[in-house]
Amino acid sequence: MEKIPILKMGPFLLVTIQVDLYDRLALNLESDLIRMVNKVGSRGVLIDISAVNIVDSFMGRILGNIASMSRILDAQTVVVGMQPAVAITLVELGLPLHGVLTALNVEKGMALLQSLIPPEEDGEEENTANDTFVI
Amino acid sequence: MILSLFKDEMEIVREQDVVPFRNRVREYAVRIKMGLVNQTKLITAASELVRNMLNYAKGGRIRIEVVTRGRDDGIRLTFADKGPGIPNIDLAMKDGYTTGKGLGLGLPGAKRLVNEFNIQSEAGKGTTVTIIKWTNG
Repeated sequence: MEKIPILKMGPFLLVTIQVDLYDRLALNLESDLIRMVNKVGSRGVLIDISAVNIVDSFMGRILGNIASMSRILDAQTVVVGMQPAVAITLVELGLPLHGVLTALNVEKGMALLQSLIPPEEDGEEENTANDTFVI
Repeated sequence: MILSLFKDEMEIVREQDVVPFRNRVREYAVRIKMGLVNQTKLITAASELVRNMLNYAKGGRIRIEVVTRGRDDGIRLTFADKGPGIPNIDLAMKDGYTTGKGLGLGLPGAKRLVNEFNIQSEAGKGTTVTIIKWTNG
């Protein structure tokens, strides 16, 4: 069975969709991602769809689901790299992806995620790091 | 008058058939020099309709045609299934209406994305949806 790889990058998860998705694959990605957010305590999910040629209502719903599910688990989702033709089609289809954050490319998406994470998070991590050092 | 220049058929019985089908539609759309935005709209509409066919009728047959009406070429897709049929087409064409667990965007959304949209359904016999997207439509 095909699988979409999920990469962990510090507090974020990075997904690059490089294949044409059929529904089962998209559903698996949704559950894999949410499980991973929970397991590693990610604060953000970045989904790169620059290689995706079509997003229909099903795929759009999956993107919306991932965003709302991760929000409940205290993580933000940013979808990046949408092709202009896909954006035009989505709006005409009637699915404007409310509640899903988007950015033009991976770089801007990363910057957006970083800006969304409260800064005290870093401090806490340093403290725990110091504690381990003392022990 | 619309003339059919070329005809191809595909049987769709499972989800994995959808990606090769979308690719074949794209191939024909590229061949008649359809622009990227129209290609994307056509394939997205096709994707919605093929999902309906799989979800409600366990699959069906799709005819892919290259058609012409003089100066304009286009792609005509005919989705025919032998499923339960749609009892109330007007209701099914309304945004947000669904008898399944989707968003209810499939039929009305697909209609918005193409130039011509025709649906015929008979309870107990099946449903046939025909769409046309013109290269410059």
